[in-house]
Amino acid sequence: METKKIPTRNGFGEAIVELGKENKDILVVDIDIGKSCKTGEFRKQLPEQYINVGIAEQNGAGVAAGLATCGKIPVVVTYAAFGSMRICEMIRQEICYPKLNVKIACSHGGVTPANDGASHQAIEDMGILRTIPNMTVIMPADYASAKALVKKAAAYEGPVYLRFTRDAVPVIYGEDEDFEIGKAKRLRDGGDVAIIANGDTVCLALQAAEALAAQGLQARVLDMHTIKPLDNQAVAACIDEIGKIITVEDHNILNGLGSAVAEVIAEAGKGRLKRIGIQDQFGQSAPYQRLLEMNGITVENIVALAQSQW
Amino acid sequence: MDQKELTALKDKATELRIRVIDMIWKAQSGHPGGSLSVADFMTACYFHFMRVDPQNPRWPDRDRFVLSKGHVCPAQYAALAMKGFFPMEALDTLRKEGSMLQGHPSMNKCPGIDISTGSLGQGFACGVGMAMAGKMDGKDYRVYVAVGDGECQEGEIWEAAQTAHKYKLDNLVVFVDNNGLQLDGTTDEVMPNIDLGKKFAAFGFDTYEIDGNDMEQVVAALELARVVRNGRPKCVYAHTVKGKGVSFMENQVGWHGVAPNDEEYKQAMEELKALYIEKEA
Repeated sequence: METKKIPTRNGFGEAIVELGKENKDILVVDIDIGKSCKTGEFRKQLPEQYINVGIAEQNGAGVAAGLATCGKIPVVVTYAAFGSMRICEMIRQEICYPKLNVKIACSHGGVTPANDGASHQAIEDMGILRTIPNMTVIMPADYASAKALVKKAAAYEGPVYLRFTRDAVPVIYGEDEDFEIGKAKRLRDGGDVAIIANGDTVCLALQAAEALAAQGLQARVLDMHTIKPLDNQAVAACIDEIGKIITVEDHNILNGLGSAVAEVIAEAGKGRLKRIGIQDQFGQSAPYQRLLEMNGITVENIVALAQSQW
Repeated sequence: MDQKELTALKDKATELRIRVIDMIWKAQSGHPGGSLSVADFMTACYFHFMRVDPQNPRWPDRDRFVLSKGHVCPAQYAALAMKGFFPMEALDTLRKEGSMLQGHPSMNKCPGIDISTGSLGQGFACGVGMAMAGKMDGKDYRVYVAVGDGECQEGEIWEAAQTAHKYKLDNLVVFVDNNGLQLDGTTDEVMPNIDLGKKFAAFGFDTYEIDGNDMEQVVAALELARVVRNGRPKCVYAHTVKGKGVSFMENQVGWHGVAPNDEEYKQAMEELKALYIEKEA
């Protein structure tokens, strides 16, 4: 099957222009990597709403907080490694604590910065930010959902962290698909195993489900685009109706989607879980697909886990 | 400003200092030294320069105050109470459970606080964002930011400074409370700042170097900062005395974050009350 592939950062870049045209209070706060993060069109079409603070992430977060106190909706744009960890405490102190209406929109999530190496691969970001009160953490699975979720995030009053891919990933959704922050998308249903994925691994989960179906195993596939607030009900339904759950994520297996799901399962006192994700190790310069393979984030691995007894 | 107004403003600063020491003594916790060094600037802002409405603390056209050195919030809390943002009795709840007067300012708890601060180096950038929003919206409000000299060791201060220059924020005033002391010692011992006035000037600020505990000089500098609209942000590089007004606290590193005991409180009150020029109201 031939599927169209588009980086999710492109979805962000297009959505932010549409949003900016509709609402002059939507601002982009760039930190000198706007070109890579797809804010070029916004800069060109809406120069009055465009700010570039230079290579100064901390300042970008602070300026955004100040703008938000004056009714603006600033979108701080950078790479995920910097937009989460470099400015973690500014996000906590000046954005989340006062619950200001600032969006942090980051490209280069997970290992998608690939050949840039470990310094640029963000494998801890979503986990770190989900532990900050008032923060919402989202990673869309494809181009269309990126566009839709950026618009939902802009309409939501409060801090949101959005994470996109540098690399092209298959388009899963139609352009008119509706999304709700904090509500998982059930992309496929089945009673033998539940595969809960987010971001660039949702397409792997879908391919795995297809392969499993060919062997007579039916998998439920959830796109858990929001890891905070987590869709606890969707996880609970997987526990009650299926029991066997696999999480897949382009993020460290510590503190990301797998951990969030594990928390629900542990408190439920039932359900079984296996986590697929970055194996608590730094990456290296290598092709994106190879980096996923090095961590066992592959269709084959999902299929093998689903088939095995545990 | 005539002599009568100046005298009234000096007495306001004395009242503010008294309230600072009183609330820190009652809380048995807080930062008296820096609260006293910034007191004259705080007073000049709230009782002469800033357009604020205590009945409407989030009035969009108000002037903003950012206490980047958030630990000296007793000075701002006193000013806000004296201005009528909340009842004076609230000052007795400083740092207590359930209080709107948190150990470091919280904008969603305390009316009149324009941004939550407390982690040093961060407030200035927020002030830059506020000034930028004012320019974008064609509003003529001003943003006053107080930073500590020790705080200027944080890199984010300079990131914010270069942004203020780039965006020509002549509606922004940063007051550098240059009291020469920080928690672990003198700034010269811990990390020499060399000349913060020259640093801000090099970053494109119009810089006014003054005695920050001389009300006449504070008012004159802020008046200049108010009227000169030349596309350059303003810096008031103010030499101040940490603990100003209480003899045993002045220039003492140890009074950075310690509350006075009963005896010290009594002496501090006597000394501060003696500073009133007109009779106490």
